[in-house]
Amino acid sequence: MLEIRNRATRAAPFPLAAETIGGVTIAPSPPRTRLSLRLRPLAAAGIGSVAGLVLDGPIGSTSECDGRRALRLGPDEWLLVADADEGDELAARVIGALAGTVHALVDVGHRSCGLLVSGAGAATALSAGCPLDLAPEAFPVGRATRTVLAKTEILLSHLDADTFEVECWRSYADYVRGFLLEAARGL
Amino acid sequence: MLLITCPHCGPRPELEFRWGGEAHVARPADPSALDDRAWSEFLFVRNNPKGLFAERWNHAHGCQRWFNALRDTHSDKFVATYPAGAPRPDIAAEDAR
Repeated sequence: MLEIRNRATRAAPFPLAAETIGGVTIAPSPPRTRLSLRLRPLAAAGIGSVAGLVLDGPIGSTSECDGRRALRLGPDEWLLVADADEGDELAARVIGALAGTVHALVDVGHRSCGLLVSGAGAATALSAGCPLDLAPEAFPVGRATRTVLAKTEILLSHLDADTFEVECWRSYADYVRGFLLEAARGL
Repeated sequence: MLLITCPHCGPRPELEFRWGGEAHVARPADPSALDDRAWSEFLFVRNNPKGLFAERWNHAHGCQRWFNALRDTHSDKFVATYPAGAPRPDIAAEDAR
């Protein structure tokens, strides 16, 4: 994959320093490899696990293995997340495991960037713009889904009790960070 | 906020969804055999009932799948949602109230 080897060094779209307001800390996630995996629904039904990651869990679930995560976003769509330098290896393992199965595996790592929102008020700050019920009973740790935050689409995952990760498209990142800081200021 | 039950993701806020017009509109098998009137009716003419209506919806900010929904256009109540390709559920308008 020529594009991956010639990967450009990217400037962060927002300040890299973590900021704490109202007990909520908003910090950029470390750079990551993000691979979008699509399978036909029939193939997805019996896919089991690929590269150690369980793919046939319920929609909205996360599977973790060796620091890598697979987020099931829909009946035929997954997002595979790994460290920035593991992209080629993870892609090769997935392609090997899915040989003979029609699939699409696309590196979307440059498209989006992540923000870690942590602290006791994290769910409350997110609820300022996210219509999902973020109570632990409705959105437990390990859940991940695409949803909306204010005027943008985000990918929200619940990492642990008080930590959420918000992934958004790069060009929206400054807006999302500003919105969350404003929301935290009002807590 | 109105909750819409996505057949894949379960109940989700209406902000995540996009409306897609009437469901179960079948494309004519042989369009070139149709006259202009029949073709324009296929393209543009839709039902607009007061009561139960089968519609296409897209979970645009979720799983991004299309599905069909039975909605009461009078009360805006979603009576049933079902995957695209499935037949319309047999629900009488009185039972949906």
